[in-house]
Amino acid sequence: MIELPALGWQSIVIFVVFALSLLIATYCTYAERVIAAFLQDRVGPDRAGPYGLLQPLADAVKMFTKEEFFPGGANKVLFVVGPCLAMITALMSSAVIPFGNTMSFGNNLFFLQGIEVNIGMLWIFGVVSLGVYGVMIGGWASNNKFSLLGAVRAASQNISYELAMGMSLIAVLMISGTLSLREITLQQSVAGEWQVWNIVKQPLGFIIFLVCAFAETNRTPFDLPECETELVGGYHTEYSSMKLGLYLFSEYVNIFVVSAVMSVLYFGGFNFPFQYELRDWFINSQGWELNSAQNLITLLGTVGLFLKIFAFIFFFMWIRWTLPRFRYDQLMRLGWTILIPLAVFNIVLTGALILFGVI
Amino acid sequence: MHPLFLFLSFVALLSALGVVFAKNPVHSVLFLILTFFTLSGHYLLLNAQFVAAVNIIVYAGAIMVLFLFVIMFLNLNVDTEPHKPALAKMAAAVAGGSLLLILVAALKDIVPTGVAAGTPFNSQIGMVDQLGLKLYTDYLLPFELASVLFLIAMVGAVMLGKRETGERNF
Repeated sequence: MIELPALGWQSIVIFVVFALSLLIATYCTYAERVIAAFLQDRVGPDRAGPYGLLQPLADAVKMFTKEEFFPGGANKVLFVVGPCLAMITALMSSAVIPFGNTMSFGNNLFFLQGIEVNIGMLWIFGVVSLGVYGVMIGGWASNNKFSLLGAVRAASQNISYELAMGMSLIAVLMISGTLSLREITLQQSVAGEWQVWNIVKQPLGFIIFLVCAFAETNRTPFDLPECETELVGGYHTEYSSMKLGLYLFSEYVNIFVVSAVMSVLYFGGFNFPFQYELRDWFINSQGWELNSAQNLITLLGTVGLFLKIFAFIFFFMWIRWTLPRFRYDQLMRLGWTILIPLAVFNIVLTGALILFGVI
Repeated sequence: MHPLFLFLSFVALLSALGVVFAKNPVHSVLFLILTFFTLSGHYLLLNAQFVAAVNIIVYAGAIMVLFLFVIMFLNLNVDTEPHKPALAKMAAAVAGGSLLLILVAALKDIVPTGVAAGTPFNSQIGMVDQLGLKLYTDYLLPFELASVLFLIAMVGAVMLGKRETGERNF
């Protein structure tokens, strides 16, 4: 007997998360221009709709109606598969992120999370490590030396920074003792206890993770795979139309996912300060029922998580328009000779602090 | 049999054949990645989530990226492929055929027994916490030795990447 999994509550959550990722990525393109304009003292997009709010729509129309171009000698199948893979892997990782606590209606308890598995963190890590295939395959299939160089840069950069990223995650694992992202979130705020977010216990680990997140999403100052001063456009030199759109879009989806992961791992996820006191106040002073008070706190927590995510997305854009690009040998040196030893030191430090009962 | 199992096995066999028969080495690597994904699907069906995730991270996410990386540089195609002499092809066919014969002979009398009656079977053994307990109690020494080996490999890589005196950047 097979049950169709496509009809449950979880599928609705997954669909909403999918739609939200795309919507946020769409408006990231707008936010990027607005923030760039603000930082460079320009006006920014203001033609399409009020405050230029319809700019992403106009971009989409432009992308879809541009000529579909295949370079000579390109591998046609892989040339199309590349951008598709980039988009798929970007969208896959949000499935395990807990976007909120539980909602209860009557006797039914619902999780605001696509799938709750006890390997959530490994899933994120695995999908992030797959993200490089879209870039590599697309760059190779273009039959262009600049594309190939961009693809090769992307591959070596991702592999190098994955190591440090994985080891900064190990330190989080050591203090939480679980791979489930929901459990990690819940541990950062316990009713009636004085708990702090993981950022207080793992400041060094967070900085390592942040740097690696920039490298894994190919954002400035680590956007050497698409470095236009050296490689024309890098891996997407030959791409046009919506295939280029998918590449650019997947970068923003990646930023959204990585911001969500950082919020969950280090900044308390859907917790916010004094949430239990607020819930008790609603129950005791306002005479609410436990369920409705809990639902309200859950919704507020989801809003809080998204505020944290937006703050991180703003940070990504702020860095992009502030810092120049690294040179490639500097990038590799930073990854291998600074971040990895730092991450090992962080693991040892965390172990010692746990052993002596400090955290 | 579970239809998902049949589907995964079908894709696994097909893509494994693709690895061997694909003319283009990059296609071969991509088929191999697909094979790893179907194997991870099998692990999930066996309730071994941890092995499934680690299989994807280590094989599909790291090792195959390096494979692809090297093959992209090699510029292998039909023109540059060396033609092997007939004797080598014959020897390969004989050796492969004997290996197949040995495998069939060794496996033909096997009777799948499943779990022996009376031994308690733990369906949660593939979960992270169970696996961790097993590793850190029964297999502590080999596990720690392996981890030290990996640490040494990593330190070696960092040492290779260090700037030597008198080295220039370009």
